Amino acid sequence: MAMLEVKDIHVYYGMIHALKGVSFEVNQGEVIALIGANGAGKTTTLHTVTGLLRAKRGSITFEGQDISRIPAHKIVQMGIAHVPEGRRVFSQLSVFDNLKMGAFTRKDKQEIAESLEIVYRRFPRLEERKNQRAGTLSGGEQQMLAMGRALMSRPRLIVMDEPSMGLSPILVNEIFDIIKVVSESGTTVLLVEQNAKKALSIADRAYVLETGSVTMEGRASDLLNDEKVQKAYLGE
Amino acid sequence: MMSFISYLISGINLGSVYAIIALGYTMVYGIAKMLNFAHGDVIMVGAFVILTAITKAGLAPWMSVLLAIVICTLMGITIEAIAYRPLRKAASPLAVLITAIGVSYLLQNLALLLFGADAKSFVTIINVPNVSLFGGQLTIKGITIVTIIVSAIIMTVLTLFVKRTKPGRAMQAVSEDKDAAQLMGVNVNTTISLTFAIGSGLAAIAGLLLCSAYPTLTPYTGSMPGIKAFVAAVFGGIGSIPGAMVGGILLGIIEIFGRAYISTQIADAICFAVLIIVLLVKPTGLFGKNVQEKV
Ligand SMILES: Nc1ncnc2c1ncn2[C@@H]1O[C@H](COP(=O)(O)OP(=O)(O)OP(=O)(O)O)[C@@H](O)[C@H]1O
Ligand SMILES: [Mg+2]
Repeated sequence: MAMLEVKDIHVYYGMIHALKGVSFEVNQGEVIALIGANGAGKTTTLHTVTGLLRAKRGSITFEGQDISRIPAHKIVQMGIAHVPEGRRVFSQLSVFDNLKMGAFTRKDKQEIAESLEIVYRRFPRLEERKNQRAGTLSGGEQQMLAMGRALMSRPRLIVMDEPSMGLSPILVNEIFDIIKVVSESGTTVLLVEQNAKKALSIADRAYVLETGSVTMEGRASDLLNDEKVQKAYLGE
Repeated sequence: MMSFISYLISGINLGSVYAIIALGYTMVYGIAKMLNFAHGDVIMVGAFVILTAITKAGLAPWMSVLLAIVICTLMGITIEAIAYRPLRKAASPLAVLITAIGVSYLLQNLALLLFGADAKSFVTIINVPNVSLFGGQLTIKGITIVTIIVSAIIMTVLTLFVKRTKPGRAMQAVSEDKDAAQLMGVNVNTTISLTFAIGSGLAAIAGLLLCSAYPTLTPYTGSMPGIKAFVAAVFGGIGSIPGAMVGGILLGIIEIFGRAYISTQIADAICFAVLIIVLLVKPTGLFGKNVQEKV
């Protein structure tokens, strides 16, 4: 049984039918990429998985439990962390307080301190700036903070929405290296990306979303070599 | 000179009450992003609860005050849950604003029905002797001292609460980004309820202090101080806790000086004129945050 099973979800914004029966699976330990053009419904899909939006139809199961009716603030507790599109760090709070917010649902002080240690080791830049207000960080640093904050909940599944958006090529590489490390340390990854080439190169499997429906799926390496994918998403 | 100092002190007294009310406005605005125009009327309810509990039910003063805090807190939570929460996702923010004005009239009219329109004189609860300074040239009223101390304590505790505790940090997170806060595991509804609870509990205390300094009580008692506290909150930078404190105290001082040195009739107009000037010079208010986010 897959860790996350999304079955035929339909999501609306008022009259707009944004997701028209999306289905996909994420297995324990995988890196899954979700690619697609602007407005395809990638963010909508992630929001529905983590409870910020409700599906009108369909089901979402995480580790065997139906989570499609569970509010967002409880889903984190169940082990899914969400790195939102555009970072959404708390700009008035310090880097340290942002990371503490990431551990909001956890109680054990000792364990939280250990997680903080791990995050600082993974993102030394955040430790250097721990007392700085998050709003004053650079775009790349904010992305690292958003990822660090999500890791502070010690998720079993982390979903990331365009973590490389707006970053310089060097930083993009850095972010993808970190995603690999996160995955190797045992966290399952569901990754939404515009940068399809990069995403497919680190993913195990991938799904292509077009105007609210999954139109292609398969092994990432196969999609990378697929002519249609190359034309539409890899600019080749 | 002595009269100047004594006006200054009564300004700080009145301003401290405005500051306590403004805290309620500013916290609710900062976190729920709405102007709770019924906030001032909660002050009046608090004062009536105290008066009735003492004169009709014969409760001890401290118990009456406690009862007023509890009733106002519960009322704040209830108003939010019944009147505002269902509208939080409404298409227009005006819907909730109009509802708040409606709740304000509802509270005033209920008080009118229960207690009548005639002014009641408030009971003396705070019995602290006046302090005489400079060989009797300057007298500071006991209530003034109590008011200033109480508001200083409230502000300190509230600041520590918001900065240092988990529910306080949840409030900060919700005020910045509701969705991101939920993704951290913050229950937004609970956090907004808590904000209304704190604001309304503080309004009960403001009712006690206001009616102790100016001891007449009518169903409209909370209305004008409520509006002035709103001005104070905007003046200080709405959403900012230190802004509410400073804005409240400055407004109290301006009002008393205006009354003493310019004209009693136009003192209120002066308050609003000051607000307009401040907003022209600094649209975000004295402590307003210029939110600059990098993309
Ligand atoms: N709040 C909203 N109200 C109405 N329509 C929306 C809203 N959010 C998204 N949509 C619409 O739903 C569709 C899917 O949007 P979504 O944000 O999920 O796309 P996306 O694949 O994440 O795009 P991008 O790559 O630009 O981030 C789009 O047509 C969009 O216009
Ligand atoms: Mg998107």
